[in-house]
Amino acid sequence: MEALFSILIGVFFASAVYLMLSKYSVRILLGIAVLGNAVNLLLFTAGRLTREVPPIIPVGVDVLPDTTANPLPQALILTAIVISFSFFAFLLVLTYRGYQELGTDNTDEMRLAEPKDEPLPPLGY
Amino acid sequence: MAAPTTAPIDLSAAMVTAPTALADWLVIAPMGLMIALGAALMMVRHKLWLHGWIAIPGLVALVLLDALLLYRVAVHGPFTMTAGRWLPPFGISFTADLLGALLAFASGLVALAAGIYGLRDINDTGRRYGFYPFLLLMMAGVTGAFLTGDIFNLYVWFEVLLISSFGLLILGSEREQIDGALKYAVLNLLGTTLFLIAVGYLYAIFGTLNMAQVASLAGEQREGAPLITLSALFILAFAMKAAAFPVNFWLPASYHTPRIVVAALFGGLLTKVGVYALMRVMVMLFPLEREELSLVLAVIAALTMLLGALGALAQSDLRRMAGFAVIAGIGNVIAGVAIGGATGVGGAILYAMHSIVVMTALYLLIGEAARIGGSWSLQTLGGLYREAPWIAAGAFVIFFATAGLPPFSGLWPKIMLLKAALDVGAWWLSAALLVSALILTLALGRVFLLAFWRPQLAGAAVGAPIAPNSWQRSTPIAGLVAVIVVFGLFPDAPVRLAQAAASSLADPAAYIQSVFPAGGAE
Amino acid sequence: MNTLILRTVAPPITALMLVFSVFVLLRGHNEPGGGFIGGLIAASALAIYGIAYGVSAVRRAIRFHPMSIAGFGLLLSTLSGFVSLFAGVPFMTGLWIYPSFFGVEVPLATVISFDIGVYFVVVGSIASIALALEERETD
Repeated sequence: MEALFSILIGVFFASAVYLMLSKYSVRILLGIAVLGNAVNLLLFTAGRLTREVPPIIPVGVDVLPDTTANPLPQALILTAIVISFSFFAFLLVLTYRGYQELGTDNTDEMRLAEPKDEPLPPLGY
Repeated sequence: MAAPTTAPIDLSAAMVTAPTALADWLVIAPMGLMIALGAALMMVRHKLWLHGWIAIPGLVALVLLDALLLYRVAVHGPFTMTAGRWLPPFGISFTADLLGALLAFASGLVALAAGIYGLRDINDTGRRYGFYPFLLLMMAGVTGAFLTGDIFNLYVWFEVLLISSFGLLILGSEREQIDGALKYAVLNLLGTTLFLIAVGYLYAIFGTLNMAQVASLAGEQREGAPLITLSALFILAFAMKAAAFPVNFWLPASYHTPRIVVAALFGGLLTKVGVYALMRVMVMLFPLEREELSLVLAVIAALTMLLGALGALAQSDLRRMAGFAVIAGIGNVIAGVAIGGATGVGGAILYAMHSIVVMTALYLLIGEAARIGGSWSLQTLGGLYREAPWIAAGAFVIFFATAGLPPFSGLWPKIMLLKAALDVGAWWLSAALLVSALILTLALGRVFLLAFWRPQLAGAAVGAPIAPNSWQRSTPIAGLVAVIVVFGLFPDAPVRLAQAAASSLADPAAYIQSVFPAGGAE
Repeated sequence: MNTLILRTVAPPITALMLVFSVFVLLRGHNEPGGGFIGGLIAASALAIYGIAYGVSAVRRAIRFHPMSIAGFGLLLSTLSGFVSLFAGVPFMTGLWIYPSFFGVEVPLATVISFDIGVYFVVVGSIASIALALEERETD
């Protein structure tokens, strides 16, 4: 099962990298979204895949039964999902603003902060 | 639901039963204070006059708390508080050791300086966009990263400071800022994602995220675990955060776009969090892997400092020049990590502290130069020595310190790094240290020559409206310059503390002891 | 998106979702649910209302600026963590009280106030992002 998941994670990573190598900001954004999911899946697999019950303490018992799944990776993934979700939302607004203000989604043409023909400093006075 | 019945299980197996000492709260208090005040400021965002009155006392309190924390750690050694009363490693531990406390104190100082400078530099629009709330939340993230004892929690603090830095970066939403912010956001997000991947692998190998436990388990797990791969992944992630050579391009693309006080904070703090994490993980958690990879780190360090110095030489925009100076400084710190040992890592820690103060001062100073000269460009600046002799004096000190020339704060860490490099026979690394310092001296000397010494240009923007000087602008710079001078003239205490921090990082017995008092890190 | 159907349906749906979000928030105490998911539901309710009636109607309806709501939530959560300062236990330790209202015992805890804080943080921040995106669409 882990092998299957590893392949799946690899496919996720590959497509994320492919998308992020594009020069259009929307594709980069999609690549980041896929990358976030790839990492979440990785965390999930890193916590070992088991076919066991969810880690919720049943009524009338004080501790978890022995056969429950590991809750920690799930907590990590939850945190990571929350963070990557909010980042994605922020980046979405930012790219949209970028598209509006800069008039392009082509990163090659986004040279406002680093103009191409900036002069060298004077050599003397 | 019925009232709680007396539990039949032994609570002391899972929870802290001893009452918590009030002093232990020191390790939580800086973050708690910053988040609470930042949140309060978010609530009253539209009452602009309140911002300064809440933020500045808050930052003063932060500096005091950090100073108390540093005192306690220096006298009594590391201490820990684990959230939620759970025993570590089940609860998230916050552990203050000398390294974290030193850097937290230095960053508190520059945050206060930037906060005061911002009183005048940030106009009403900037405040409405939330300069002070974001500043406080970013300080929570920075301090939290320095003080946490849990590696996933470190990731969370990284994200806290990252998201507040986004807010600071696009303060005002100018077109240039959006352009810079896009690159900054995407590449930094990629860096933290790499960090998260590394954390996932770390958990898969060790089954724990508590740094003290990982440090004590690393020896046993070394057989058969791909720790070198894991270390390389951590190095890549933190190098990206720290803007080290092959992955540094987001920094010069974005650091010159925000308001100068924001750039000062970024240049002082953000990259240092990256190198802090590098030190914490590579020196404390994986010391043997650091030795294996020391050549890689040394090459990265040499290239980073040379690239930074050469880049600074090629810029005519003062802010971009300062951005490359930040990168050159990062190269120095990584060189110390690559060399290792008490002198090498101590030099790196000292350099990081020096860099936090000096880079903030450098950015604030060029902000002043541009305010008086009316331009950011070396093409048009001139005559500042005549216009503002005190600013020129400050520039003299700050430029000397940045380049590592005596008698200011840059000298001592550089000497430690050089000595450490020569001790291990890495002559080429010490050559790189010296050459980069030389090039940086040239670049900064030229700035002094052109912007300050040169008479005012005839066609320059004479009579352009100059924002009036005020104590809000001059005191932070004067304060930081005073720190640089005192640090340079009386280096004994900082050097001793940095060396002690380095040796406790290399031998984390006291750190582990503070997290697991019984010694039972099973 | 200014259709008659949406405009008619949006208010009851929004109200229903807001109530449901509070239900999910409180349910999260012992069962799946909680502040984050509740906040998301509430934020999407506001987003639906915004799609139907425009962003300014939403801003009027929630009275406070979304970021102020988020700030309030953050403050509440942080202060919940610091309640344990006065009990002599570490940061973020859950502390309980069991007051009785009309003869019914209601267990209250700092855990709940923390979760309510999270709810407000999520409502505020996600709503402000959603409203920013919707605002751009119209102009």
